[in-house]
Amino acid sequence: MNHLLPLAVATPLMGAALLVAAGRFVPRVVAEAVGGAVAAATAALTLYLLLAVPSPVIEWVGGWTPHHGHSVGIVLHADHLALGMAALVSLLVLAVLVYSWRYFDEPPRKHAGSFPALVLLFQAGMCGFVLTGDLFNAFVFFELMGVVAYALTGYRVEAAKAVQGGLTFGVVNSLGAYAMLLGIGLLYSRTGELAMRHIGAALDARGAPDALVLAAFVLLLTGLLVKAAAVPFHFWLPDAHAVAPTPVCMLLSGVMVELGVYGTARVYWTIFAGPGGIPPEAVTRTLLTFGVLSAAVGAVMCWYQRHVKRLLAFSTVAHTGLFLIGLGLLKPEATGGIALYVLGHAGVKAALFACAGILLDRYGSIDEYELHGRAPELRLTAVYFAAGGLALAGLPPFGTALGKAVTEEAAGPWLAAVFVLVSAVTGGAVLRVTARVFGGFGPAPADDAECETSGEREQPETEQQLTRVPDTMLAVPGALLAGALLVGVVPAVRSAVGSAADEAAAGVTVIPVPPHWSAAGMLLGVLSAALAAALALLAVRRPQHTRSRHWVDPLRLLHSGHIGDYVAWTVAGTALLGALAVSGVLR
Amino acid sequence: MNRRLRMWVLLLGLAGTAAVLAAAAFRLPAFGTDFHPYGDRAVREALARQTANTVAAVNFDQRAFDTLGEETILFAAVLGTVVLLRQARDERHVEPAPADVAAPVRRYALVLLPVTLVAGLYIVAHGQLTPGGGFQGGVVAATALHLLYIAVDYRALERIRPLGVFEVGDAAGEAAYLVIGVAGLLAGSSYLANTILPHGTFNTLSSGGTVPLLNAAIGMEVACAVVVLLARFLDQAVEIEGEGENAGGNAGEGERK
Amino acid sequence: MMDVLPYLVAAWVFLVGCYGLATSRNLIHGVGCLAVCQTATYVLLLAVGYRKGGTSPVFADFTPGARPVVDPVVQALALTDVVVGATVTALLLALVIQVAKRHHTLDPDELSELRG
Repeated sequence: MNHLLPLAVATPLMGAALLVAAGRFVPRVVAEAVGGAVAAATAALTLYLLLAVPSPVIEWVGGWTPHHGHSVGIVLHADHLALGMAALVSLLVLAVLVYSWRYFDEPPRKHAGSFPALVLLFQAGMCGFVLTGDLFNAFVFFELMGVVAYALTGYRVEAAKAVQGGLTFGVVNSLGAYAMLLGIGLLYSRTGELAMRHIGAALDARGAPDALVLAAFVLLLTGLLVKAAAVPFHFWLPDAHAVAPTPVCMLLSGVMVELGVYGTARVYWTIFAGPGGIPPEAVTRTLLTFGVLSAAVGAVMCWYQRHVKRLLAFSTVAHTGLFLIGLGLLKPEATGGIALYVLGHAGVKAALFACAGILLDRYGSIDEYELHGRAPELRLTAVYFAAGGLALAGLPPFGTALGKAVTEEAAGPWLAAVFVLVSAVTGGAVLRVTARVFGGFGPAPADDAECETSGEREQPETEQQLTRVPDTMLAVPGALLAGALLVGVVPAVRSAVGSAADEAAAGVTVIPVPPHWSAAGMLLGVLSAALAAALALLAVRRPQHTRSRHWVDPLRLLHSGHIGDYVAWTVAGTALLGALAVSGVLR
Repeated sequence: MNRRLRMWVLLLGLAGTAAVLAAAAFRLPAFGTDFHPYGDRAVREALARQTANTVAAVNFDQRAFDTLGEETILFAAVLGTVVLLRQARDERHVEPAPADVAAPVRRYALVLLPVTLVAGLYIVAHGQLTPGGGFQGGVVAATALHLLYIAVDYRALERIRPLGVFEVGDAAGEAAYLVIGVAGLLAGSSYLANTILPHGTFNTLSSGGTVPLLNAAIGMEVACAVVVLLARFLDQAVEIEGEGENAGGNAGEGERK
Repeated sequence: MMDVLPYLVAAWVFLVGCYGLATSRNLIHGVGCLAVCQTATYVLLLAVGYRKGGTSPVFADFTPGARPVVDPVVQALALTDVVVGATVTALLLALVIQVAKRHHTLDPDELSELRG
């Protein structure tokens, strides 16, 4: 059955090729149905491999099984964590294709299949990236998902912001990818291997790390943290997510950014965790610094947004910061918690973007101020939005809350406070939007601030402004939120996720207790949800809270939309990585 | 962020990165080292499968899965460009004007066209033997067609370049690679296994097993993809105009108001 | 010095590309700078694979074993890298064309819609 593993990549590729070839001959309905069917088939394949085949599923593509421990081929190394991510990607792609059923006004002339084809290529890139055990192959799939994502971000070429966001996204991510490739070159020259496990073993055989190992670590992490949008590599993310078509945002925020965290984990565990790699103290210091920085900046910036999609984008930055903190603790409990958190977050964030898309298409605006009190008739969307906000804030029994609780327990009191605060602020911002837009609570906020992106006068993404929201657009966020709920409620899911994380993390000898609800975790979850509600209430009562001269303005001015600034920060981030990790190799 | 602050952030970052990279450079094996374990294995395996061009063996046999990803990146970029450079709602399509071409240029380009086309196909077909292969040959072949633009004008190019056909060809090349991969699976080996065909005689056209087949698939995809890609950019320059733009003006220039 | 010079060249090219990209006043020039950054990866890969006295690993005109050859793997990686670079550049230039059309400028200093 191992031989079927490459098909998780090949199937969506075949679907994309079909759609491009036949796209000019078939009507749009057929093209979209084919896209959905292929995504579903891939999801079924990954789920089958996940549930029915003993882990890990290892396949040397082309039959290049190693002789005497060496091979010239590419290995796909799919443990439960990798297959779980691939399944998550595939299911979310399916949800996105259903959501975008007859979504865009009109596909490019004679290219009815181009949007589903691009989404399938995106799926193939992400599946390839999570399944591969080869470092260069990971770079190739990393680039594939990048290229597709840039094109999808700029999809609405009539929108000035969209093409700018797509370009910024492309330039910063490509720069990160090239840094990553330099790192791969360094590791190849040292070890003469490209399979991650073999690189790790060769480094360990050589003894204590030196400057070359450090540089490779720094360069690889630069690429991965750019993708994960860790501060100060994060600037591209809000620009891209605010402008990309909503279905694309669901994929970008729901899984692609998290793949940066996944890649960081994978690279650390398989290459740098041994005695020849980077010592755990240095890794913890590095990841905690980037994690806390991202969580803080993301949460503050999230709170001060009025463009709803940009607000959600910054909340992704904040939550990715939390994931990095959990990963950086290097404790099996925290890793299991983070895996659950990512799973729950994918459902919740995708659902929230889906609801934002409904607002955009119904009212031609995505601006919190302009939409004040305008959407009372969208009751179900309002319920979804509130539920999403509470889930982000960590209200039990959502999967996000379980992941947060489990990680907090492993993290100690100070970091637990960060988790509570960050989830309360991001969830509170969503609740504030809910209260204003759907409930019309509080006075209408005054339009004053200069240094910000507003969401007024945006083009709806559908043919015309919707008068009635289609059932598919309403069903998908509901299903996604239900999924996030199930992650927290079904015991089998949490123990499976826990054991998958344990299996993937290096050096777990004692199998820890599977992730579970504890009284303290429940309490902290309720506390942060209550805090979020209180913050939202306070904000709608005092709208002058977002007045123009403010202590947070300098931070907001850094988000200038200027490619040069973003590149400077990316380079500075690489230097910061080096500074944080250097003590690990000094003897 | 003002220019000064950006410079400071940038210079700090560059200094730190430079330190990391320089320190690593001095720990790398000396330039020209004999330590190439993967390379040595790759050469051995390439010769065992009768592939004279060992780089092709790495690309299309040992690490053929990388090449699948690489080909797909091209495929995705072309699809992305088709989408991004489509005619927007506020733009219109104008007929390209006929162009005068100096006679020597015309003669030279028309002579060069078939030569370039044959050279491209030759490079694709000999990928398993000599430097080159599907990517290189495909680009050369695609360039050949565009000599018609230089020799005659854009309308002449459009006549021999039915974009629909080339788009299908692009997808067919991608699909062919995938199908050859599945053939390995169906033959009882694994995906993209180079065991379904005999490996042939060393240093002849019929050597390397599936390497020439994969090269042909790539050659087809690349040639078609480059044609479609260039067509999109050329359309922007020649045919697509924004509102209120003068006939013959170039879309995509920054000056227009 | 020759032992490390090619590696230092790769590092230099990467940093110069970053500098150019960060200070660029024109988006087309910026995309070009990004391509310069990528060139660093070609230099590094090919330098890493060099073997003293080695010839190209293509046995069309000499018997295997007669001469040392350089590492074919990095050459294959560099080929992949070239294709990736070319396609990314094409896609980014397509985006630049649209930016120029929608914003009527190629100067990043004048793009100010996304901020805060």
